[in-house]
Amino acid sequence: MGRLLAALGAWTIAKLRMLGHMFVFLFNSFYFIFIPPFKFRILLRQIRFFGNKSLVVILLTGAFAGMVLSLQVFYTLRKFGSEALLGPAVALSLIRELGPVLSALMVTGRAGSALTAEIGVMRISEQIDALATIALNPMRYIIVPNIVAAIFVFPLLTAIFDLIGIYGGYVVAVKLLGLSSGTYFSQMENFVALEDIRIGLYKSLSFGVIVAWVCCYKGYFTGFGRGFGATAVSKATTEAVVMSSILILIWDYFLGSVLL
Amino acid sequence: MIEITNLEKSFDGQKVLDGVNLSITEKEVVAIMGKSGGGKSVLLKHIIGILKPDKGSVLIDGTDITTLRGRELDKIREKFGVLFQGGALFDSLSVYQNIAFPLKERTKLSKNEIREKVIRALEDVGLKGAGKKYPAEISGGMRKRAALARALITGPKIVFFDEPTTGLDPVIVGSIHRLILDAHKQYGFTGLIISHEIPGIFEVADRIALLHNGVIVEIGTPKEIQNSTNPVVKQFITGGHEGPIEH
Repeated sequence: MGRLLAALGAWTIAKLRMLGHMFVFLFNSFYFIFIPPFKFRILLRQIRFFGNKSLVVILLTGAFAGMVLSLQVFYTLRKFGSEALLGPAVALSLIRELGPVLSALMVTGRAGSALTAEIGVMRISEQIDALATIALNPMRYIIVPNIVAAIFVFPLLTAIFDLIGIYGGYVVAVKLLGLSSGTYFSQMENFVALEDIRIGLYKSLSFGVIVAWVCCYKGYFTGFGRGFGATAVSKATTEAVVMSSILILIWDYFLGSVLL
Repeated sequence: MIEITNLEKSFDGQKVLDGVNLSITEKEVVAIMGKSGGGKSVLLKHIIGILKPDKGSVLIDGTDITTLRGRELDKIREKFGVLFQGGALFDSLSVYQNIAFPLKERTKLSKNEIREKVIRALEDVGLKGAGKKYPAEISGGMRKRAALARALITGPKIVFFDEPTTGLDPVIVGSIHRLILDAHKQYGFTGLIISHEIPGIFEVADRIALLHNGVIVEIGTPKEIQNSTNPVVKQFITGGHEGPIEH
């Protein structure tokens, strides 16, 4: 029993230490965002990296998420004779909840994992040490551009996800289920407020920071725990995707509770 | 120039450096030999300020690098050129861009001045015409030479070479050693080479130190090391099976 408690205590201390280390890393990243020289060229490259890697996945998942949502909600609303509310139901679900969360999860799987692997390889092949010995701060060159790029890209990708999702829902509602096009869109206009869009924007912004933070951190400290070489990179990548996904869902709940 | 005193470092309770003492004077080239996994690269990472020791100090021109952080550490590092074991060239940049990188980021030289310097550096290391290639497209020997050009491009006062010839064929080993000698003659830097290249290293280094069980067990000129009666040194140089070095 004593040994079990000691092991639990050691595990808790290790996790708390890692959390503290992660927050110091995030604090440093934000500090260097405001300290010149700014690396605009690297920032543009990373914006392209996130967007280019994730756009097709966002288009596909957005379209199908909207379609399935429209299908399911239509049959529920029909029981109450409220099919006219299908448009707002789809739009609100996407804008407030599904858009930010699903697009963040997709970008994590697509670009976040690639980011961790790339930084991890830089770590194990001593490229990060090389930057430091050239007297250039690796945080400024590798971490800051990714965090700023994510802040720009996540809301944009979420907006694309929402738009495609709403049109996916429209195709199912109007072309398959026979709802009139006017009903789908006019009711949407009445129910969706600017506040809903703002909530979605806040969520996607914060998810961007979470994903870039976790993926950069795991890549930057690849091989510092257990593991070596390619094993360390694969371990870091898996941990980054799992941790980002869990944090997105937890943060979504907290943010949702506060913003509602 | 470099003064290492009682340097100690442990990882997970295992002592890797157990009180290393070493002094390197200006413009001297010192080689550190020792068995693989014996802490040579760890020692190097302490000298360039990447690792912090448990105990001891590393003075560079009288400043203890182990206590520095941020801009102060960067200021000392501006004196350094480092050739890493695998080259550590940036994958996303071409050979030309890799060599130009320290000049572009750290100096105010014009684009043309940088181009002139990089082209000359490429010629010096025998990579004329390979500037457009990316690190993944060139051989191990070419990568090491490109990394050497990058390490020397800013004219550093102190250059560190972490196993510059490991994994290369004897002809390329000879050419890398010649490049180091020529560069030393040209720039007059202080050099620290981590190497097991016997006998080639005897031609390059002014003094040779042997790191064993976390301490420097012997240091001397190549001749003194070759004539040493220390069993560790003798076994290491001859590659003998019997002796104090476990394998």
